[in-house]
Amino acid sequence: MVVTESSQLSGPVRAPRKHPPKARPAAALLGTVFGPVLALLAVLVLSLGLGARPMSPAEVWQGLVDTGSSAYTVVHEMRLPRTLLGLLAGAALGVAGGVMQALTRNPLADPGLLGINAGASAAVATAAGLLGVATFQGYVWFALAGAAAVSVLVYGVGGGRAATPARLALAGAAINAALYSYVNGTMLLDAASLETMRFWTVGSLASAQSGTVAMVAPFVAAGLLLALALARPLNALALGDDSARSLGARPALIRTAAIVAVTLLCGAATAACGPIVFVGLMVPHLVKALTGPDLRRLLPCCAVLAPALLLGADVLGRIVARPGELQAGIVTAVLGGPLFLYFVRRKVRA
Amino acid sequence: MPALGVWPLGLLAFGAPAFGVRACGAGEVRPVSVVRTAAGRPVVAGIVAVRPRAVAVGIGCLLLALAFGVLTVGSGDYPMSPADVLRTLAGGGGPAEDFVVRELRLPRVVTALVVGAALALAGAIFQSLVRNPLGSPDLLGFTQGAATGALLVVVAGGGSAALAGGAVLGGVVTGVVIYLLAWRGGLHGHRLVLVGIGATAVLTGVNGYLLTRGRLMEAARAMLWLTGSLDGRGWEDALPLLAATAVLVPVVLLGCARPLAITEMGDDLARGLGVRVQGLRLVLTAAAVLLASLAAAAAGPVSFVALTAPHLARRMTRTPGPNLLTAACVGAALLTGADLAAQRLFGDHQLPVGVVTGVLGGGYLVWLLAAQRKAGRI
Repeated sequence: MVVTESSQLSGPVRAPRKHPPKARPAAALLGTVFGPVLALLAVLVLSLGLGARPMSPAEVWQGLVDTGSSAYTVVHEMRLPRTLLGLLAGAALGVAGGVMQALTRNPLADPGLLGINAGASAAVATAAGLLGVATFQGYVWFALAGAAAVSVLVYGVGGGRAATPARLALAGAAINAALYSYVNGTMLLDAASLETMRFWTVGSLASAQSGTVAMVAPFVAAGLLLALALARPLNALALGDDSARSLGARPALIRTAAIVAVTLLCGAATAACGPIVFVGLMVPHLVKALTGPDLRRLLPCCAVLAPALLLGADVLGRIVARPGELQAGIVTAVLGGPLFLYFVRRKVRA
Repeated sequence: MPALGVWPLGLLAFGAPAFGVRACGAGEVRPVSVVRTAAGRPVVAGIVAVRPRAVAVGIGCLLLALAFGVLTVGSGDYPMSPADVLRTLAGGGGPAEDFVVRELRLPRVVTALVVGAALALAGAIFQSLVRNPLGSPDLLGFTQGAATGALLVVVAGGGSAALAGGAVLGGVVTGVVIYLLAWRGGLHGHRLVLVGIGATAVLTGVNGYLLTRGRLMEAARAMLWLTGSLDGRGWEDALPLLAATAVLVPVVLLGCARPLAITEMGDDLARGLGVRVQGLRLVLTAAAVLLASLAAAAAGPVSFVALTAPHLARRMTRTPGPNLLTAACVGAALLTGADLAAQRLFGDHQLPVGVVTGVLGGGYLVWLLAAQRKAGRI
């Protein structure tokens, strides 16, 4: 097919392709679209159904729609907010990871590893420990400011466009360490903030209430829309600044907008659930295997698969540590670490 | 390339043979000659280089550290003048002074001196091994591993001796795991950094989980330890650390300092000069992990001393290479100074020393970034 196409010189002129186009039978496309969606649906059902009181899918449905059912309170007061928060935070972290990996052209970029979530959490710790802010409405602005400051800082320190994976990761690790000791310091000064912050800094969906979900939603929605709108320009940027400029893109503007999107997504997710690492790293890699590097396909797919992963981690945490639970942030860290090491061993050659 | 102020350019320039280039450009590396022993194996021998500036900086920092120590011993609820402190140390004080100085305050100061030196030495070794000025044990997961070991002990309800043992064991196990994971036909800087960062992220998650497991009192105690504190350190904390450093420091300084300096010029060149690079890395990694874990066992994972002390040493001596001995002196001065500040600067509040080093280290990091920006790297 390829041979005939390129030999027909009379046809419309096409940009030469590096690789012959892969055959994309309908089945593969369906798999790309429906696989993640099905995974997400399955995890949603599990997340609503599993817990201290296990429920069958039928009972969950009853609890969702029937105000008189015995499961109504459990589903509406506890499981639904938690699941919705996981959905929003997961989508936010996954898309933020995808955008960062494209922006830095770096396979190891992850908002958690690069310290952006730590920036948000340091700002929240300041608000909670020193200024006495205790509500989510108060937290979220601090978290956004912290995330913004650190994204600019780590992007700058990591060397911007010239960053190598190791250089960027090390800059992020240094910033992470500084902020970590700062957060520890604020917790030491005040036992009350230690009591709340030690649970929050792990990264958990357990504290979700319907109010939190309603507050996070606008920020995440704005960030997601901005990120999806940036998919095409970021694709152009992947070719290098000069080529992107000749295609009509404005690199500086795109970078600024991408940092704004990452800040919105990470800041809102961190304010709601605490710093969670590795979701933003793992998901884009998994999705890339399905969709290829085109961000127009990759980012929406991330937005579907990442919540499935985060909620899956949350469900797993509820199962393995019964009757207590393991916070989602710990499950993602413990599961994500080996995957990270696998990438490192496979990709980084001496 | 100018010799001075060049190293900020090399900051983060991962894998670039910045040290070697600088060394040659500055013309500061002393000649190294390869001689053959009777057995025929080439060994590296060099002229014993005495750099007056490095010696002066080392002695200056050591004196500064001791001065901070004397001031720390003399301050507190029972204040003493430095002259009194020195007299008591020499054996000329009354029984009350003797007790306060020898039993209450001296162990803390000795712990601070040795922990600072050990952390700085570990940092200098790692920065040289991974050829990156940001490669310190706090960032590469080793101190996090020590913290995990200690937290496990705290959650299980163990005492302070068990806590120290847990910290050393945790640090060493983490070191072995990271070393094995980063090993692939030899140990290389990049992979050590990335594997270490991955391990740090995982261990931070585990540590957070362990913190949520304990009761609030235990969590507060663990938190204090995690920040790094010298409060209430007695001879039982100081002596094991002293004994271990007394063994490890000569191994590092006498056995490995020169081959390490040569290895900074590149593996191939070092191999050509007769350095067994992989063996050297194994010995040095083991020594640095032990030093960092023992220091963490005595005082908790005090942040940023391991990162900043070698930088400061290199800037002050204006000498390329790992500057191991000078870095250790600078580290001792840093930690004793930070401890004095943490005890006395904040009125009635006594902060843990880790908060002071964390803030100072964070400030230093920001300053470094500003310097980079000026140099046009960002």
